[in-house]
Amino acid sequence: MENRDHIDTTLNHLFRQESGKMVAVLIKIFGTENIEMAEDVVQDALVSALETWKFRGIPDNPKAWLYRTARNKAIDIIRRKKHSKTIDFSDPQKQLLTSGYTLKTTMNNFWEEHQIQDDFLGMMYACCHPDISQENQITFILKSLCGFSTKEVAKSFLTSEDTISKRLYRTKEYFRKHKIRPEIPNKSAIVPRTEAVLSAIYLMFNEGYNSTNADQLIRKDLIGQAMLLCRSLLSVERTKLPEVYALMALMCFHAARVDSRVTTEGSLVLLSKQDRTKWDIALIQSGQDYLNRASFGDRLTMYHLEAAIAYEHCQAKYYVDTDWNKILEYYDLLLDIANDPIVFLNRSLVILELKGPKEALKVLDKLKNNKLLENYYVYHATLGEVYYRLSDPTLSKVHYEKALQLTQSKWEQQFLKDKIDSKR
Amino acid sequence: MKEFLLIIRGGHDESADQSPEEMQKHMQHWQQWMGGLAENGRLVGGQPLMNEGKTLIERGKKVMDRPLAEGKELVGGYLLIKADSLDHATNIAKDCPGFEYNCSVEIREISPM
Repeated sequence: MENRDHIDTTLNHLFRQESGKMVAVLIKIFGTENIEMAEDVVQDALVSALETWKFRGIPDNPKAWLYRTARNKAIDIIRRKKHSKTIDFSDPQKQLLTSGYTLKTTMNNFWEEHQIQDDFLGMMYACCHPDISQENQITFILKSLCGFSTKEVAKSFLTSEDTISKRLYRTKEYFRKHKIRPEIPNKSAIVPRTEAVLSAIYLMFNEGYNSTNADQLIRKDLIGQAMLLCRSLLSVERTKLPEVYALMALMCFHAARVDSRVTTEGSLVLLSKQDRTKWDIALIQSGQDYLNRASFGDRLTMYHLEAAIAYEHCQAKYYVDTDWNKILEYYDLLLDIANDPIVFLNRSLVILELKGPKEALKVLDKLKNNKLLENYYVYHATLGEVYYRLSDPTLSKVHYEKALQLTQSKWEQQFLKDKIDSKR
Repeated sequence: MKEFLLIIRGGHDESADQSPEEMQKHMQHWQQWMGGLAENGRLVGGQPLMNEGKTLIERGKKVMDRPLAEGKELVGGYLLIKADSLDHATNIAKDCPGFEYNCSVEIREISPM
């Protein structure tokens, strides 16, 4: 009998990698009005694997085993539901599922390797439909395409399972009502639609990268899944856009530093204090490769610039080697395409490095009374730092304490508390 | 457009000694042929039949434990298709993969209601 832990690990890994693809194929077969049916089949296949492998051991090709089981379960469902109205067989390709002459061959065709990736991406585009809120998009992607349990999705968002179930229900209702067809958009729509997909991927990545979530496993999972989704866009010719390479590069540069951002006690480490020998050189190298490949075409997106900035940080051997002038240039270009107060705020940190606290304060002054920033802890933490450097401990403390109130993250809270204590 | 029943007979012995690969290839031919019919909106439906069966004769009083006709005459499956005329339907039926196993195909128009 095989080691139970080994089976769990293998299955868990397989499930994260493959369940989304299986769900996508099954949704294509059953229709977007039967998403639950598709998810159930994949879930059933997983349970079968667990039960069978426990006694017979892990098969030589566990992935093929899982796919075959899901496919056979789908055949069973078609046989049972052939005459019910649940599944719409009116499409010519699906009509062939209703005859014994063609059921198996048609089913096998649905599972052709080259088609699976397209179906998976088609499902991603469907999830990122402009009418679905971004929150609901990511919830659905995590649950249906990344193999997260409802509990794990709830943990990722720091919310209740009930909330997640409601979000999932709403998205499924939307699919059902509008009969959304999962497909990769055509050439004329690919750029704006991909923008939505990238935005969801990046948000998912940040959910893992930023410290709002203390659960290490969930965070690593989110980062890994975001990168997996982005890489899958790069595996299909039609979706290999420059901005996809750029986001991939950006995520590599960030992910390379993930282990040096937190101490073993769970406190945040500023870039200036990070142990750069802990950075993942291989990931930085891949980031560089992706960034090089991002420079075809005529579009310069925020991902290009953010990746360029992240690269500058990664390639500085020590903090003092950082080329702040270059970084400032990128920030200026970034402001040109996205006049975003948060970009402006981050730029002020570069000014602080380059020109000192007085100039930084001048720049920050322009953000006064911005409602979004007023409730953003980084804004107050920045002001706290600037006032501290201007030798104004009272105002510094006011802002650090304001920042402390605004973050839920234990790491960030600890970080700010340390700041306040050290500057007393 | 009229509807026609294609009655496919025989082929059982010929298919029995096929390798799985040959069988798979044969089923792909069905897929292609019926796929074309479905694509053109000509396929209504159709199924292969099991070999076992019973037959009622003598006004339903007597039961035979087998299909009425056996061997080359055994009905192995049916297809319901749409076509313009009996000749048209016959032309369509000429591509039936059943012929690979020496089946016969009888083409009958469904009587209009």
